Amino acid sequence: MKPVIATHGIGVKLGGRLVLHDVSVSIIPREIVTIVGPNGSGKSTFLRALIGAVPLSSGHIDKAPGLRIGYVPQKLAIDATMPITVRRFLGLPHKIGLKTVDAALMRADVGGLGDHQMSDLSGGQFQRVLLARALLENPQVLLLDEATQGLDQPGSAAFYRQIEEVRRNLGCAVVMVSHDLHVVMAASDRVLCLNGHICCEGTPEIVASAPEYRALFGTGTKGALALYRHEHSHSHDHNHDHLHDHKDHA
Amino acid sequence: MLDDFLVRAALAGLGVAIAAAPLGCFVVWRRMAYFGEATAHAAILGVALALAFSLPILPSVLVAALIMATAVSALTGRGYAMDTVLGVLAHSALAAGLVAVALLGNVRLDLMAFLFGDILAVNTTDLLVIWGGAAAVLLLMFSRWPALLMATLSPDLARASGINPRREELVLTLALAIVVAVAIKVVGVLLIAALLVIPAAAARPLARTPETMALGAILIGATSSLGGLWAALMLDTPTGPTIVCIAALIFLLSIAVGGIRNR
Repeated sequence: MKPVIATHGIGVKLGGRLVLHDVSVSIIPREIVTIVGPNGSGKSTFLRALIGAVPLSSGHIDKAPGLRIGYVPQKLAIDATMPITVRRFLGLPHKIGLKTVDAALMRADVGGLGDHQMSDLSGGQFQRVLLARALLENPQVLLLDEATQGLDQPGSAAFYRQIEEVRRNLGCAVVMVSHDLHVVMAASDRVLCLNGHICCEGTPEIVASAPEYRALFGTGTKGALALYRHEHSHSHDHNHDHLHDHKDHA
Repeated sequence: MLDDFLVRAALAGLGVAIAAAPLGCFVVWRRMAYFGEATAHAAILGVALALAFSLPILPSVLVAALIMATAVSALTGRGYAMDTVLGVLAHSALAAGLVAVALLGNVRLDLMAFLFGDILAVNTTDLLVIWGGAAAVLLLMFSRWPALLMATLSPDLARASGINPRREELVLTLALAIVVAVAIKVVGVLLIAALLVIPAAAARPLARTPETMALGAILIGATSSLGGLWAALMLDTPTGPTIVCIAALIFLLSIAVGGIRNR
């Protein structure tokens, strides 16, 4: 299948530091791809590169012509200095009919909030409004950056169910970044393990058992993730360069 | 009608208020109050240089304001916080401007008129410049309103919608330089920032959308200009500061009204 968006060996430098290098990823229609990786591994930067918010230092990105991207950022603080209702927020930057806006809010389970001020929303309501906005223009690919941040467990579960529903109804591809590993993996067709570059990728099962993945998450969290892993060996190849990268951010 | 200095003053005040108000909203939303101040202070340097090299004042002020804006963007993110950079640049520009004016010596220059404005001395040419500038700023802002809003709310969301937030930032900077350049005559460099920020801040508690806030700021700015002009005549006080005082009074009133409404 022809990919909706594909990166070819892209690299990104931020403040002189090479955050991403040699990242080649193809996203095909309707697939759900999850990107996992430790803090500072370039997950958010990768999504921002996809929308064109950070310049590439190498490589290039192919997008389907006229590609519609829905983007839900990791953090968005709408300053209380700007008065803006939820409805108005959804109608930016393109004028959208009231009916469509209200339908989108209903679909995101925040139907009654149209007249509320954005700055008055709770974390969960805010994320849903962001999702509703991202879905307004029927995206062909939906990019979610830690979208369940600030949601409790039932909240995140409901959010992920909604993502699957959106994929079913709109047929869009979904790329999400998360460290909410066990929940996310279940919903994914493919998992990419990122640490500056793609360390390993494949189905959730393949990635979970890959030594590169374990090197990042098995020792990196001092075993805190053992909850989700029945066993994890500590016999890693300590000459791996990403291990040293990781220690810098620990 | 334009022969009357009072009519000219009123029109000048209205022109500046109308241009400054919607831009002032962005200054408030983007937390750029000090940025406006720095750009305004750079203007006095522009005036001094214009006089020194006998250049026309308006373009010189525009260029000085734009250079200041660029310098601020270039210096931030190099280990200095925005407010430090602005604090250094704004006051340095003001000081350098004052020193340059003093060095000119032989040029007769009413410094007070540039620092605090001299709205009663506005002539027909000034009026044309002010309304020309105001029209340019309003046109610029309203033609790009949704993109400007989006870039202010979130640069990344703007990117995802195909808007270049850097370009919108540039548009705002340019608009700011124009407002500063045309407002000097009316309120002077020291009080331009007040005319940007106070009407917008006063409109905030009364508004529920960005558009109503901008509209409210225009009304408040216009009321302050006309009210200030009138009060200055009645009380025999300097006009620029009186305009700002009226705006500040409206700000207090708006806080009170907003507080009552939220109770």
